[in-house]
Amino acid sequence: MKDIKKRIAFNKFKDYSFRVLGLLSTFVGLALLFALIADLFMEGAPRISYKFFASFPSRFPEEAGILSAWVGTLLIMLVTAFAAIPLGVAAGIYLEEYAKKNWLTDIIEINIANLAGVPSIIYGLLALGMFVYFFKFGESVLTGGLALALLILPMVIMATREAIRAIPNSIREASYALGATKWQTVWWHIIPYSTGGILTGIIIGLSRAIGETAPIITVGALTFIAFLPTPPVSSDFPFISFKWLFDPFTVMPIQIFNWVSRPQQEFHVNAAAAGIVLLCMTLLMNAAAIYIRYRFRKKIKW
Amino acid sequence: MTVTISEDLKAESKNLNFYYGALHSLKNVNLPIARRRVTALIGPSGCGKTTFLRCFNRMHDLYPHNRYEGEIIIYPEKLNIISPSVDPIEIRMQISMVFQKPNPFPKSIYENVAYGLRVRGVKKKGLIDEAVEKSLRGSALWDEVKDRLNNSAFDLSGGQQQRLCIARALATDPRILLFDEPTSALDPTATSKIEELIIELKNEVTIIIVTHNMQQAARVSDYTAFMYLGEIIEFDKTDKIFTAPSNKLTEEYITGRFG
Repeated sequence: MKDIKKRIAFNKFKDYSFRVLGLLSTFVGLALLFALIADLFMEGAPRISYKFFASFPSRFPEEAGILSAWVGTLLIMLVTAFAAIPLGVAAGIYLEEYAKKNWLTDIIEINIANLAGVPSIIYGLLALGMFVYFFKFGESVLTGGLALALLILPMVIMATREAIRAIPNSIREASYALGATKWQTVWWHIIPYSTGGILTGIIIGLSRAIGETAPIITVGALTFIAFLPTPPVSSDFPFISFKWLFDPFTVMPIQIFNWVSRPQQEFHVNAAAAGIVLLCMTLLMNAAAIYIRYRFRKKIKW
Repeated sequence: MTVTISEDLKAESKNLNFYYGALHSLKNVNLPIARRRVTALIGPSGCGKTTFLRCFNRMHDLYPHNRYEGEIIIYPEKLNIISPSVDPIEIRMQISMVFQKPNPFPKSIYENVAYGLRVRGVKKKGLIDEAVEKSLRGSALWDEVKDRLNNSAFDLSGGQQQRLCIARALATDPRILLFDEPTSALDPTATSKIEELIIELKNEVTIIIVTHNMQQAARVSDYTAFMYLGEIIEFDKTDKIFTAPSNKLTEEYITGRFG
């Protein structure tokens, strides 16, 4: 009896030890992250003002702002979304609902999963070769957006497939049993019921793309831009212009990199402030993803 | 075995064989389906009754490696509905199905019933409204849902959901209605409502029902086929099957000695 009590005490001690170790590990991660964010905020927060958003970069740190950077980021995201969403969703639907399940689709599936893990600079090189040199899109918003679209395409495809897989087969059978074609089933059921999951995947993809620097630098984004791309709407005929697609650009992460690499301390403050803005953009997107997922989960429970 | 009945036929399977890949799961099935009667398929799990039922609206065509041999003829046009030259969609438009578990779409009650018409390209709201009401009345659900047609179908109870699925299947005026163990997921009250409904519906439509529940077969059907290992062992009027089965195996099954 005494032996057993001893044994139990020892087992419990091990249990307790891991509890302490686990707590410490969790704490180290959290504390570091918190310290990083706190440091960023303490350094950069005072610099954030309307003027900071409305000014171009400048030689004088106190006059420099992120206007061209955030506009560039916004436009790039727009191109990325427009390119990656239709392609990724269509591919995901095809693979789940249309493609026959055989060794070929298995290989495609494995490769898409692998593509999601390819270093982003490789996508940059691909985009440089394809969009800049081959299609001659130049070092433009279009090229940058398409490069990031390639980067998040596997994520969008995988999110689409996951979301579609969550739809029970009984729903498909119910639709087919009424004489629906594949496309009718996809259009009336598969797409509406998987929208939540697909949107969540897209936003998470975009929030990864927004912070990417390597592929954007590779395709030749500029680090110092003191002008905005051509506005997409104008007062003259034909009112809508797509010239902005071919304008040079910069984005938030590049602007931050540019400022950090300067020797003056004041520029580092700018970098911290821009970092806060970028962080907030990402957090907002993630919050949107969580909200959308919550909304759709509430609406459709299988 | 070949069987003949002295009634108008709606359909008839002749030497039907069915294969899931290499698995030969229906063997020379011959069965007449009487017009505007309820034909029940009974038998132990895995005997092929659901497989047989799903041949009637070509559900097997949705999955690879499935193969039919033989004929299922529908009357009066004497069309072999499992012939490869017949489009399964054309068959499914005429032969509806109600599944084992209620499977309404996560849409409004109205949209669930309207779906079959939408698939057929019906756009006129008046026509759809009319069909929705008629089908919901037909499935004895109208009074319970008429004030909340725009609510989600998921708000309904299990039994109501199954009646909604029946309304959905009725909306397109099917020639044959297939029921695949429609009450196996429901409580006794909901079950008896569905059974009453089936008896009611046979005045207008030919019904084939697969059931695990022998009392149910005895209550609702006019004809019963007992299946075992992919074959029809016995087929006859329901009264006859349950009171004086001619096959030993049938007798053992209906008295609960196996299955």
